[in-house]
Amino acid sequence: MTDMTEAAATAPKRPGRLAEFWQYFSENRGAVIGMWTFGILVLLALLADVIAPHSATEQFREATLQPPVWQEGGSWTFPLGTDPLGRDMLSRLLYGARFSFFVGMVVVVIAATGGILLGLVAGFAPKWLDTVIMRLMDIILSFPSLLLALVLVAILGPSLLNAMIAISVVLQPHYVRLTRAAVINERTRDYVVSARVAGAKLPRLMFITVLPNCLAPIIVQAALSFSNAILDVAALGFLGMGAQPPTPEWGTMLAEAREFILRAWWVVTLPGLAILITVLSINLMGDGLRDALDPKLKRS
Amino acid sequence: MTQPVVTARNLSRHYESGGGMFSQRQVVRALSEASFSIDPGKTLAVVGESGCGKSTLARLITLIEEPTAGEFTICGTPGVPENWDSLRSQVQIVFQDPYGSLNLRHRVGSIIEEPLKIKRPDMPAAERASKAREMMEMVGLRPEHYDRFPHMFSGGQRQRIAIARALILEPKLLVLDEPVSALDLSIQSQVLNLLLDLQERMELAYLFISHDLSVVRHVADDVVVMYLGRPVERGSKEAVFGAPRHPYTVALLSATPSADPTRHRNRIKLEGELPSPLDIPAGCPFAPRCWKAQDRCRTERPELGDAAHAAACFYPEGTETA
Repeated sequence: MTDMTEAAATAPKRPGRLAEFWQYFSENRGAVIGMWTFGILVLLALLADVIAPHSATEQFREATLQPPVWQEGGSWTFPLGTDPLGRDMLSRLLYGARFSFFVGMVVVVIAATGGILLGLVAGFAPKWLDTVIMRLMDIILSFPSLLLALVLVAILGPSLLNAMIAISVVLQPHYVRLTRAAVINERTRDYVVSARVAGAKLPRLMFITVLPNCLAPIIVQAALSFSNAILDVAALGFLGMGAQPPTPEWGTMLAEAREFILRAWWVVTLPGLAILITVLSINLMGDGLRDALDPKLKRS
Repeated sequence: MTQPVVTARNLSRHYESGGGMFSQRQVVRALSEASFSIDPGKTLAVVGESGCGKSTLARLITLIEEPTAGEFTICGTPGVPENWDSLRSQVQIVFQDPYGSLNLRHRVGSIIEEPLKIKRPDMPAAERASKAREMMEMVGLRPEHYDRFPHMFSGGQRQRIAIARALILEPKLLVLDEPVSALDLSIQSQVLNLLLDLQERMELAYLFISHDLSVVRHVADDVVVMYLGRPVERGSKEAVFGAPRHPYTVALLSATPSADPTRHRNRIKLEGELPSPLDIPAGCPFAPRCWKAQDRCRTERPELGDAAHAAACFYPEGTETA
């Protein structure tokens, strides 16, 4: 008995969980690049007040549709040019980033909270309740997601808040399915049974025993649906059902500038590029998170 | 005479399977008419091949599932669902697989303290921690293990953690569901000796479930042999191992590997397969594989009876000559 405990003490110390996570995450170069890009974007959004040369809504009437600085006719007053109403593109993009991250965060929080709760209930519930919840989620999933969001916004009325609610509802079934699958997988394991034998009641079993063991796939899903939310809000904004002008939201900016696409490429290209870079960086990061957190992909 | 910690009468558990729109409902008789009792400080071993209802018995006694028929009492209190809450601290279980029975997200200390946290919510945290440390010392874990996670431990140490968690509420009965069969042979004896040591110190009754007869020989006081959900022989360890009466026990014992190469081995090889528990033969369940089966065995089921060394057989071993 003593040699056994001694052997454990002399064995090399295993790396901590954070160190192990970083080791898997950093193996994926795209994920690291995505993480840095995402970090810089978040920083830019936070510091928009300091960096932005102008207000996002101030109109410079004498300088409408001015091209970016590197093109003929551009000036350093408006580094990325101006839009048809003479507003500074760079400032609008910076403030727009705030909206995008805010939207992503709120949507993920709402969808994940609701989805995890419903998934836990479905996983632990008797069969009939499980069936009711899951069929309901199947119905939501059977609609094209943007179409359903459009319908919801049409009912609730077009605004950024309603767009966020609609997208949360649309994204929620993924969380429910994921959580339920993980819960059902974990529920019959011996450690859950022994918690029951110790007298644990249902809420304790759900939140303290089982939920922490199901979190890894949910975190990955949260990261990936963050970008989904940004994209969907931009799409709703483009269709005029999301943020309303003059809000500097990227999708709305695209929609406003649509008719100038041939005369002034920058008013359309720049918001589109902003959306592209943000979504791409988050998706890359999400892939790395999956490599690091999904136990099925672990080699050891 | 002391009151037995647990007495069971005719415990049965049937599962219904199928019964969907297109399949006929079938009944799996996982456990039928098991009766036994365990005195404080004693070990009752339940042996049998896989699928014979050993683990179902463990789940019934540990109050995880309700029996479909029969009754049992723990410390004199009937084990019906209304009493489950109060009985929880009397019965605890140690599982076979130490890799699945510990929550990987919790530290060893909080795993061991969890039953206390649930059952004695008003106990101060400091007292709880000191109790957990005391229990860790008792099962041979070191104080610095308190803050570690289960993945840092070997199988044997994990089983010690599981034992500490089971004993922290000071139960009267510990159900051991194949507690050592997932461990290395060298670790097995350490854990078994720890269990015997703890039994002596805490006057524990063990319901020891195993398929490993050499382990049972080491720890048991009494033995129940099960076949296809039914106890077929019951008696003291000496009686069952020394003079087995049911043909199935004889066959089981003859299949135990022996460390003595000079000993004469006369292994009985059973013919045929274990019948499906969905379709148990009408007479003695062992009759299709028994070399002594007569016509009577195939139509009538022999009862176990209440004798000290009982066997559910019409023609038990050791009676032919008499």
